[in-house]
Amino acid sequence: MSKPIHILIGGEAGQGLQTIGFIFSKALVRSGYSVHVHQTYESRVRGGHNTFSIRVGTQKILAPEERIDLLIALNEESLAIHREELSPIGFMIGNSDWNRKEKNWIGVPFKNFGEEIYWNTAAMAVAAGLLGLDQQRLGKVMREVLGEEKAAANLRVLEAISPWLEAQPFKMDPLLPVTNPSPRLLMNGHEALALGAISSGLKFCAFYPMSPSTSIAQTLIDWAKEMDLIVLQAEDEISAINMAIGASYAGAPSMVPTSGGGFALMVEAVSLSAISETPVVIVIAQRPGPATGLATRTEQGELGFVLHAGHGEFPRAIFAPGTIEDCFYLTRKAFELSEKYQGPIFILTDHYIADSYRDLDPIPVETLSFVQPGTDPNQIEPPYLRYRITESGVSPRLLPGLSQHLVVADSHEHTEDGHMTENLKIRPKMVDKRLRKAQGIGSEVIPPTFLGNEDSEILFVCWGSTQGSVQEATLELSSEGKGASMLHFSQVWPMVPEQFLPYLKRAQKVICVESNATGQLAQLIRRETGFLIDHKILRYDGLPITPQYILRNLD
Amino acid sequence: MVTLKDYGEYKTAWCPGCGNFPLLRAIKLALVKKGLEPHQVLFVSGIGQAAKAPHYLNANVFNGLHGRSLPVATGAKLANPNLVVIAESGDGCIYGEGGNHFLGAIRRNIDITVIVHDNQVYGLTKGQASPTSEEGFVTKAQPDGVFEIPFNPIAIAVAMHAGFVARGFVGMEDHLVDLIVRAIDHPGLSLIDVLQPCVSFNRINTFKWYRDRCKPLPSSYDPYDWEKAMKVAQQWGDEIPVGIIYKNDRPPYEQRFAPLKKGPLVGQKVDLSKLRKIIETYA
Repeated sequence: MSKPIHILIGGEAGQGLQTIGFIFSKALVRSGYSVHVHQTYESRVRGGHNTFSIRVGTQKILAPEERIDLLIALNEESLAIHREELSPIGFMIGNSDWNRKEKNWIGVPFKNFGEEIYWNTAAMAVAAGLLGLDQQRLGKVMREVLGEEKAAANLRVLEAISPWLEAQPFKMDPLLPVTNPSPRLLMNGHEALALGAISSGLKFCAFYPMSPSTSIAQTLIDWAKEMDLIVLQAEDEISAINMAIGASYAGAPSMVPTSGGGFALMVEAVSLSAISETPVVIVIAQRPGPATGLATRTEQGELGFVLHAGHGEFPRAIFAPGTIEDCFYLTRKAFELSEKYQGPIFILTDHYIADSYRDLDPIPVETLSFVQPGTDPNQIEPPYLRYRITESGVSPRLLPGLSQHLVVADSHEHTEDGHMTENLKIRPKMVDKRLRKAQGIGSEVIPPTFLGNEDSEILFVCWGSTQGSVQEATLELSSEGKGASMLHFSQVWPMVPEQFLPYLKRAQKVICVESNATGQLAQLIRRETGFLIDHKILRYDGLPITPQYILRNLD
Repeated sequence: MVTLKDYGEYKTAWCPGCGNFPLLRAIKLALVKKGLEPHQVLFVSGIGQAAKAPHYLNANVFNGLHGRSLPVATGAKLANPNLVVIAESGDGCIYGEGGNHFLGAIRRNIDITVIVHDNQVYGLTKGQASPTSEEGFVTKAQPDGVFEIPFNPIAIAVAMHAGFVARGFVGMEDHLVDLIVRAIDHPGLSLIDVLQPCVSFNRINTFKWYRDRCKPLPSSYDPYDWEKAMKVAQQWGDEIPVGIIYKNDRPPYEQRFAPLKKGPLVGQKVDLSKLRKIIETYA
């Protein structure tokens, strides 16, 4: 097993670093490597400083890395910003016109290979050559991604680089070749989430654009025609969620993706979903707040918000995917629960996982089941009561217009037939009925993942997208002989203390690792169990937590 | 045969003499005239005294949040275009709290009928000014009179080329029933702004006040003439025109969506073999 290599492409928005980064990553996965991509960018269309980081290796890559082994600088500023992050074996690739003298400097005479728009391809070709990546494979991916026409000129650049590179003195340890690579997918968190939603039966999505949530709607739009989906841009987030509730009431499984500010506008309708008992899946792609905050950076700041969002009392579940696989499968779980318990179910992602591309196993789609909304009207004994009081709290949900039965849904407190009431004897019965659904939801909670030795010195507690970094830090400490373990929550609500409290009590030192300033999961655990986690490693500068960040901040 | 009886009779929470009663009756008459059975119809409403109306007849009902009836109606219509969807609420709900949705719905031109109870005042919250209250209208909450000029829903809708724009008056039952029938028949968004008195909180715009002013448009009037309609939309005061003020033949929003050509979204299965092929493109 060789150590993973970290390639960072730096440049301005508009220089095509995402395009080459994506092509490069795809070619690496096709060659049998594991990749982990982490992107940073500013809230602008041109200029600024953006990065596309690829960590690649022969073993599963879990997390981002701070030290760079190969810096591909598309502008000189990127050299200045990232030079200090280079590892001792690291190389820098850039324009030979910049006249650098460093020993690890690879100056490429970009202008010899074409106009400026091809320099990104030239830089990528040099990196591919140094790492020993199969050029044919890279060319094939390029044709697939860019289309034959656009790819042609880029392919010429790719071919021209090889003889130039062979004549150069610098050599880097190439990646160990993988023999007979098995087919793997390359997906980012929001692509996996959107595909998971489609596989669950999603038929309707309304959205209002907001970073970093827009990529979910965009992925759905990309496949809407093939998969018969309606995805539409509403006039605002309030409309988006109310449309989704309307569509769901009439029988189309629905989802709304948004970010913190957009969700703030949706909150009243979260309550509507709850009292009208209409399924809806709500994704909150977190970014730093309050208010506009940092539009294109990452944070895990909305746990408390989403936990309490909505006036009145009602049950809910909140998922927080830690991996790309989680993004797919937990979204499916969210749709199942939403239909089964007829109310709002939440998924918390964040900017980091949203566009973190990673390799994953093929998904056996054809064996999956999907949500089929509503109850069979033939099973209903008249009179049909939309909110019939039942032991489980779940009432048979008919869909309007599909039978003679009338489906009456209401935002007021209502009688069993759905009509508004001020009968105060009915009120507690309806409150209890709705809250009884919490027992069902509570019986299906996904236990947190525990990794490591139960008697370890340190237990890291984390949730959502920080999983990979915490896992890597845990493995790193374990390999140094220091006992470390991890407890990761991919479902943060409801909490079932029996599932995790014994781990907390047994550990010598518990450290909560979160991308926020106040330790929201730690607060929630204390509220639910009384267990105080007084050690916290928190990050809230807008960048994702890395394994190095965790190790640096251990007392 | 559908009869008025099929739509039921309910006790209401409205004041005696409220303009909501004749409007509720007109809606039922229109549905009967259309031969629609209660289960074929979906009423979506918001909050306010007017928004309670769907509770007082037999039909499918989604009574949602204040201001939000149009988005819910839009979502439901897209999920199942076979439903006859009627959004019914008051002037405060549709034009005030839901103002942006009103504009959005007109732009989309989805095939729903929007019936607005317009009494130029807030009833449920006890007499504050509404978006359509006249400038200077004195209330407990606006003791020096309303400072704003009223929202003109007809002019806005015509200006935005809404599919079907009409004004009715609860004192003209046959005329109103006919408007509702035509609105339901129109493929696209149909707005009917229905003038009606609030007997408890609006002592200016009374039943008599409206009756003295509301005049049906002449039979020679051409609702397809947009420029003429813009002029008629400005008329208010001694004479208030009622009838279909403007209409056009813009295609309804739902026709734009390819999946709906195969039938309603509700009941459509997931083609997992297609999804498998899509996922393979990520390899």
